[in-house]
Amino acid sequence: MHEYAIVQSLLDRVEEAARSHGATAVRRLSVRLGELAGVEPALLATAYTLCRERSICAHAELDIQRIAARWECPRCASAIARGTILRCPVCAAPARLAAGDEIILERIEMEVP
Amino acid sequence: MCQDCGCGDPQLVPVDVHEKILAGNDRTAAHNREHFRARGVLVINLMGSPGSGKTAVLEATAALAGDRLRLGAISGDLATDNDAARLRAAGIPSVAITTGSACHLDAELVHHALHDFEWRDLDLLCIENVGNLVCPAVYDLGQAANVVALSVTEGEDKPLKYPVMFKTADLVLLTKTDLLPYVPVRMDAIHEALAHVMPVPRLLPVSARTGEGMDRWLTWLEQHLLQRGVGEHVHV
Repeated sequence: MHEYAIVQSLLDRVEEAARSHGATAVRRLSVRLGELAGVEPALLATAYTLCRERSICAHAELDIQRIAARWECPRCASAIARGTILRCPVCAAPARLAAGDEIILERIEMEVP
Repeated sequence: MCQDCGCGDPQLVPVDVHEKILAGNDRTAAHNREHFRARGVLVINLMGSPGSGKTAVLEATAALAGDRLRLGAISGDLATDNDAARLRAAGIPSVAITTGSACHLDAELVHHALHDFEWRDLDLLCIENVGNLVCPAVYDLGQAANVVALSVTEGEDKPLKYPVMFKTADLVLLTKTDLLPYVPVRMDAIHEALAHVMPVPRLLPVSARTGEGMDRWLTWLEQHLLQRGVGEHVHV
């Protein structure tokens, strides 16, 4: 259940940004979460709901954008089909993860007086 | 715009951040890695399920390497320093990190542990992570390589069930191979499962009990020590 630790890091980062912009509250957070990031979106949402109380995010919505895993060949850029061996079917090079390991805070919407 | 109309409502300001949520951990991990590199210490993040044989592999490594390798360990568990005590009894200088309820080690916990521990003259520092196939994969500690211990009793489809952990592995140690005659597990099925989650599957079967395969594990470690330009520290 490292989702609680992730939420704590998220709230720390948002508090810092809010302070530097002189914000009094946060309305919405946008997060990108990769399928192979090792973070479960539903657990992250639950952890966020519990942890946001008494923070500047107390009334802020959390918008989680899920990113599908995408493996490709680093040499010829061929896509590697899901559920197959992680080698290029054309040139046999080991696949590279092109997308799907993101745990990223994209955007904060904050109220500035 | 509320500033213009004068209604007194606060202005809604969008701020683009585009930053990893764990950027703070990554910065501390980079700091740890810089320390390890400066001292020429090879650092391994050893992960695996509870009971997969991580501690036993380290005990057997110390027994086999003897004076050839100055080995130290940081071991993480929710409670007790039993593993660190076991490792010390095996002649491995060790410190325990008890995480309380945390299911993984992070870079800050490791950095803190370095302050109470003589790690600078080691060849190899193994960070034995909390037994868990999920959370430890998410946190960079500053290691040079990730090694995952998978015991033969855990089932051949474990890599498919925990792809994130095996994706991050540089090497998988298939442990407890002395139990192979007693469990219905096929080696080719494990290889096949790993090929679906690791771009470059590397599997080393070992038994800490019989010593089978431990020489190949030691060779793997020594190759990584040489790659890091610290060959002078290996007392062959």
